[in-house]
Amino acid sequence: MSALTREETQALIQEVLEVYPDKAKKDRAKHLAVNDPTLEQSKKCITSNRKSLPGVMTIRGCSYAGSKGVVWGPIKDIVHISHGPVGCGQYSRAGRRNYYVGMTGVNTFGTMNFTSDFQEKDIVFGGDKKLDKIISEIDLLFPLAKGISVQSECPIGLIGDDIEAVSKKKAKELKKPIIPVRCEGFRGVSQSLGHHIANDSIRDWVIPNRDHDQSFVTTPYDVAIIGDYNIGGDAWSSRILLEEMGLRVVAQWAGDGTLSEMELTPKVKLSLIHCYRSVNYIARHLEEQYGIPWMEYNFFGPTKIAESLRAIAARFDETIQANAERVIAKYQAEYEAVVAKYRPRLEGKRVMLYVGGLRPRHIIGAYEDLGMEVVGTGYEFAHNDDYDRTLKDMGDSTLLYDDVTGYELEAFVKRIKPDLVGSGIKEKYVFQKMGIPFRQMHSWDYSGPYHGYDGFAIFARDMDMTINNPCWKNMKAPWQK
Amino acid sequence: MPNVMIRKSESGGLLFYVAKKDMEETIASVETDTAATWGGEVVLTDGSRWYIDPISPPPVFPTTLRFKRAD
Repeated sequence: MSALTREETQALIQEVLEVYPDKAKKDRAKHLAVNDPTLEQSKKCITSNRKSLPGVMTIRGCSYAGSKGVVWGPIKDIVHISHGPVGCGQYSRAGRRNYYVGMTGVNTFGTMNFTSDFQEKDIVFGGDKKLDKIISEIDLLFPLAKGISVQSECPIGLIGDDIEAVSKKKAKELKKPIIPVRCEGFRGVSQSLGHHIANDSIRDWVIPNRDHDQSFVTTPYDVAIIGDYNIGGDAWSSRILLEEMGLRVVAQWAGDGTLSEMELTPKVKLSLIHCYRSVNYIARHLEEQYGIPWMEYNFFGPTKIAESLRAIAARFDETIQANAERVIAKYQAEYEAVVAKYRPRLEGKRVMLYVGGLRPRHIIGAYEDLGMEVVGTGYEFAHNDDYDRTLKDMGDSTLLYDDVTGYELEAFVKRIKPDLVGSGIKEKYVFQKMGIPFRQMHSWDYSGPYHGYDGFAIFARDMDMTINNPCWKNMKAPWQK
Repeated sequence: MPNVMIRKSESGGLLFYVAKKDMEETIASVETDTAATWGGEVVLTDGSRWYIDPISPPPVFPTTLRFKRAD
């Protein structure tokens, strides 16, 4: 099937909306759009960051997921208490594959679940005493933990516990930073507010810690990687490129990050933002408070990597710029071989994405390097500034969908018939059973890394092995043939 | 009266960012923008108008200021 024209795409949206009641139709229509790359601002075509419609199957998460799961969770050397009932922490434990080095349970705690396991009596009488006790217990059992963060679950806000007071008291007692985070799940419309709350807590409780400590020796080439969660080792494959360029990566957060790296971030010369959505708040704060400029970069696929490396180098002197060219030249043979091998197998294949954060726009370049085309994209929890950045990356008359519902995504896929769908685990088996190749793009389908030149080779291999898998030819039952 | 963070964009213009609304717009014009004072009515590229009492000496960007809606 050839690409849809603007009218056809518009008609498709109308057709899909047809099943909704009038009020729901009116609301959902604002979240679906046909891309027009000539537009400067997305608010002219799409609405985002609004409450999901009751009754539809949304794919969004909650504020706690944004804070504990995304921003705070990967900081490896502090203990994150899931303060509240046991489920929130237990069912999200270690699901995001934020890799780290260290001895789990001794000096790193990334994949462990700490919870205050609220019972009825804690709801009735308050959980502050329990929090006080478990902080002491954690300190006794895990003396190498550099700090503790208290990630609130819904009941904490509902019963009005004063976790800030407990944290302050215990921080004094234990002489460790204890960070209360008010990320109750009911706040906001999606995990996006959780990112914001987590950023604000980092701003208030972590960043100023070393303001008066000038002992850290800085160089003119200090940078911080912010917003790379090291999924499947992503941050490592990005970091080596920056280090080969001659930059010194002082801090890397949150993936494989430590508390002291976060505290040292105000000493760097440039913050490099990978996931704009989840960390732009702290980047803006660092710029205002410490005068550290920030820039976004994209390490998916050789074209975008080269672009980003040059843009980063442009912020430094000629040696770094020359080094950037050298790094690109060094890997050229490697990525050209990858393209030569996989491009003939993937050329012209069409992809639909529905993920969160930065991926719906950042991965497009990597697909294009392989000769593939992204025909539809959408975010779970983006704001309009994300769509502003997406409009230019997507082709004309492609489909944009914000906070798409389970039904809409299925209906779009049935009509557009892409060769590959990239979305989350909740969508994976639906589409695989429909006979459509699928990659789980939240945690790279248990593969990765996908960042950097090393990651691109893995990315290309994974896409090939999914799309050209012989199993898709055997989807029809033998008696139906 | 939102708190607005004003920062310089890469192209040299000024960006108007309201954290609460996640709104980032480019500033089209500022009523008084001299070496001595900065402020007055600020018009954004989307057409909305904001007001701040002129500040002297002009603030160093990026900085957070409190604006009023002008219309």
